[in-house]
Amino acid sequence: MLTKRIIPCLDIKDGRTVKGVRFEGLRDAGDPVALAARYAREGADELVFLDITATNQKRTTLVALVREVARELDIPFTVGGGIGTVQDVEALLLNGADKVSINSAALARPELIEELARRFGSQCIVVAADTRYNEADGWQIYTRAGTHNTGRDAVQWCREAADRGAGEILLTSMSNDGTKDGFALDITGAVSRAVSVPVVASGGAGSLQDFTNVFQQAQADAGLAASIFHFGEIGIRALKEHLRQDGIPVRL
Amino acid sequence: MNIAVIDYKGGNVQSVLFALERLGLQATLTADHNLIRGADKILFPGEGEASSAMRELRAQGLDQLLPTLTQPFLGICLGMQLLGRHSQENDAELLGILPFDVVRFPEAAGYKVPHMGWNNLQQLRSPLFAGLREEDYVYFVHSYYAPVGDYTIAEAAYPAPFSAAVQHENFYAVQFHTEKSGPVGTRILENFLKL
Repeated sequence: MLTKRIIPCLDIKDGRTVKGVRFEGLRDAGDPVALAARYAREGADELVFLDITATNQKRTTLVALVREVARELDIPFTVGGGIGTVQDVEALLLNGADKVSINSAALARPELIEELARRFGSQCIVVAADTRYNEADGWQIYTRAGTHNTGRDAVQWCREAADRGAGEILLTSMSNDGTKDGFALDITGAVSRAVSVPVVASGGAGSLQDFTNVFQQAQADAGLAASIFHFGEIGIRALKEHLRQDGIPVRL
Repeated sequence: MNIAVIDYKGGNVQSVLFALERLGLQATLTADHNLIRGADKILFPGEGEASSAMRELRAQGLDQLLPTLTQPFLGICLGMQLLGRHSQENDAELLGILPFDVVRFPEAAGYKVPHMGWNNLQQLRSPLFAGLREEDYVYFVHSYYAPVGDYTIAEAAYPAPFSAAVQHENFYAVQFHTEKSGPVGTRILENFLKL
């Protein structure tokens, strides 16, 4: 039986993990390769690396990091953050990334999704969509770290992305991100029902039960979180044992 | 040991080279017929789309060479599908080494396509899986599959059973990614290298 996936997300700047990572026994918490290897050992199903570097050296350092991660890691990983061209994607895939996620570039020019899917196959093209709720318009798609409303409806955009060839949707609720009040179950469920490709839920995870809810009530295929894993608030193994007790298929 | 990894721009090659490196092995990435013929073991990874992969294999004459090989051969993911006769994916004629036709997963409620993630292996029947347990998990990413047949040496279900691994003589192939399946995948790769 296909299992639900648990995905820690690592934010990367200039080849190092950002956000304080408090991990006992980890000599260098800023070393993404060591952190990734540790998550893999603990039972993470996949990893996401989100690069927030905004310098000219961005591409070079990211490709070098991807190569080092691929050398060490024996589970799949996705790379995202400011990726906008076929050349960017090719360099990351050739150096060992399993999937590449695109966000703003796909919104600016949706045909990019088709070009990438045709060239590399849908299986490695993830469209990351950041959504935020407001009373007037419902769930809308945002860019620029959640500050700019594109005016696009979240469900419609995710459906368009999948129709254009995205192999997976990484849906982040900016309304829930950082709250630890749980995932956005309504929009995650709506997107999951609207598209035929897998949906990764992100934003808001604070407890074991939040993951149960997003799998059982919102039909997410995977749950992604960052700080609760980095700060050791939730262990991957304990989370998976909890999910199994709740009758959710997981790899243990 | 002389290991050749077939180079036909099939994607995902670097991860396979790294997986071998983790086992302390150096492989040659090549499309050279003599180097391939002379290798002790052949790895044939692949990702992406079937008809363009076949076009590249034909351009390199590999569609003629591969079926004549006699050393242990391991196809991975698309590299497994290409060993069949025909793929529904853009109506592609394949290498015809194994007698299966590759078809797309049907639309079914609750079953997303691609089949992406960790699924368990069942009905293991090959030395390729020595030391593994039924129900061990491996990582899959694919939208097309080979049905179960006499050539099937492991199954997975999504929701119906399909071929997770196949074999004909020296040609072994797996639908999942050995190089991305943690310690279970590493064990399968080691088992293959011992064949």
